[in-house]
Amino acid sequence: MSAIEQSFKNVMAWIDDRLPVTEAYEKHLSKYYAPKNLNIWYYFGIFSFLVLANQLLTGIWLTMSYVPTGEEAFASVEYIMRDVEYGWMLRYMHSTGASAFFVVVYLHMFRGLLYGSYQKPRELIWILGMLIYIALMAEGFFGYLLPWGNMSFWGAQVIVSLASAIPLVGEDLAIWVRGDFNMSGVTLNRFFALHVVLVPLFLLVLVVLHVLALHEVGSNNPDGVDIKKTTDDTGKPLDGMPFHPYFTIGKLPGIIIFLFLFCAVMFFYPDGGGYLIEHPNYEPADPLKTPELIAPVWYYTPFYSMLRAATFPLFGLDAKFWGLVVMAGAIILPIVLPWLDKSPVKSIRYKGMGSKVMLGLFVIAFFILGYLGTVHPTPLRTLMAQICTGIYFAYFLLMPWYTAVEKTKPVPDRVTM
Amino acid sequence: MRLILVVLALSVLPQSGFAAEVGFPLFEMTPDLEDQGSLQRGAKIYMNYCLGCHSLQYQRYKRTAEDLGVPESLMLEHLVFDPNTKIGDPIKNTISKDNAKAWFGAVPPDLTLYTQLKGGPEYLYTYLLTFYEDSQRPLGANNLVYENVGMPHALLELQGVQKKVCKQIPKLAANGGEMMDPLSQNYITEEVCGLELIERGYSPLELVENSGQLTAEGYEQVVYDLTNFLYYVGDPSRLERERTGVFVLIFLAFFFVPAYLLAREYKKEFH
Repeated sequence: MSAIEQSFKNVMAWIDDRLPVTEAYEKHLSKYYAPKNLNIWYYFGIFSFLVLANQLLTGIWLTMSYVPTGEEAFASVEYIMRDVEYGWMLRYMHSTGASAFFVVVYLHMFRGLLYGSYQKPRELIWILGMLIYIALMAEGFFGYLLPWGNMSFWGAQVIVSLASAIPLVGEDLAIWVRGDFNMSGVTLNRFFALHVVLVPLFLLVLVVLHVLALHEVGSNNPDGVDIKKTTDDTGKPLDGMPFHPYFTIGKLPGIIIFLFLFCAVMFFYPDGGGYLIEHPNYEPADPLKTPELIAPVWYYTPFYSMLRAATFPLFGLDAKFWGLVVMAGAIILPIVLPWLDKSPVKSIRYKGMGSKVMLGLFVIAFFILGYLGTVHPTPLRTLMAQICTGIYFAYFLLMPWYTAVEKTKPVPDRVTM
Repeated sequence: MRLILVVLALSVLPQSGFAAEVGFPLFEMTPDLEDQGSLQRGAKIYMNYCLGCHSLQYQRYKRTAEDLGVPESLMLEHLVFDPNTKIGDPIKNTISKDNAKAWFGAVPPDLTLYTQLKGGPEYLYTYLLTFYEDSQRPLGANNLVYENVGMPHALLELQGVQKKVCKQIPKLAANGGEMMDPLSQNYITEEVCGLELIERGYSPLELVENSGQLTAEGYEQVVYDLTNFLYYVGDPSRLERERTGVFVLIFLAFFFVPAYLLAREYKKEFH
């Protein structure tokens, strides 16, 4: 052993006596065993990490030049785009990153549905994940106001005014949220604080907990087989490989493909034809000029459709209030998913026809809702939105029934490659 | 006038996203940011005909000069009209908002981001080509794309007067073909006006001969240059961005090869 190696060992021993760095490294990387049969669906967690890092870093640099006031915000974004060195790149990385974040998170969540990753013993991972998702929606919502474009303004206006649909306290609540009688620089300022401090803090803590919980029970896999059940003499799972380096370097090609797609959008289609940066946002916020069509960015549109799908009053309460209830319900309901799934198997591979059909319908309904949220409502579209909202809720609420009655296939003892 | 009605419903959808729906089909316009001559001519037209009312407040003279390949001294001499303006200043004007509102009914918007606001350069390009004489309007001009617009035809002396006309065009048969008289082999025509003409691919506007300084083609070139310039101003780093993007993508493509080979080596131990 060379002198350098020896001194490195001594330093590590000194640190490890005081802070378990080596132990943590082994637990979470070099001796964390992930199943060998992880497929393409297992890339999206890593991609989420990547995009999170991108958002944090570019966000810090954007903050250095952005001015969060009603008078200056819009101009400061254009200042970043034109006068700050590589400002355009930072801004487009951040705006493209926001959409990319939701793309990968939606696919990551779909993976969970596909392979039953929320089932026992991973209930907490799922719940923490759902909280991350909700925090992410809040983060996106607050961030979208910051460019202070006209769609920023009216989008936030529509969503904040939803609060006023709540009986009795609604109006006061909306004023409290805005800090003003209308959307104004005051609102912009507090949204800025929430976007750059509070919500990111929440997000980071939740992400750490999400990963800690995952590493406590280990990754699920496309077969839903517990790899810890079959181990060699030393206790290493036979169907697992250490996360580092096999999955860090093993996933490098996939990461490069993802970066390729991300950069292709970011460098060549940064406004995504009006879907990533909406065209009305190229003029400053104007309380007197409503855009022809107020549509949220694409990642909220499924829920926006559900909000608009409630068209009739009930129990003496406004349709608007029920829309809010439906939307909030749709966002919160998946949290209890681990207790809705009564199937003895985890993966869709071994579940019965009921689960497959319902998951398929659920995905189709979600896409249709997403599309409907980007266009003007017509009676036919509203009807479609209502049907799809029904399917969305049926997927969850009927799950205890269809997962219990369907015929499942036998699960193998070991993972299949 | 060249009237290409390519950008109809379907082709406009994927491009425009949530853009405002305009009734008039937009002409095709392919900007060319590599064509510095066009951008320079566009800048000249802009400073002479547009800037009086429409500022470009987020864009600076200096940046424009750099990107368009115009020496700063030339820019200051020929394109900056206010002697107090410095080369690093944003492209602003001095029109009073109150006056503008009184004169035109609305404050002329800043145009820095206008092509982006409209989801592309096509709107502006079409708009500038479709002014026509209308004695009903306070300033004597109307527009096909933006009905009852408050703005007068600022480029009138260049283009000349356009009038809205009805035209005799071939009648359509039930099968969609154009009806022809079997004896004389002449088209059977009917008089068609307004939007229907547009739908049939004809221009509802007719230029009064020799009423402008430029030929129809010359004016189209002016409008192209001007739109091209405003397309540049909308996102001045576009060329740099796309060039950088090519390098980044090539780098990633090359990087993929060793990464893939390395990952394959590790994967071998899986079995």
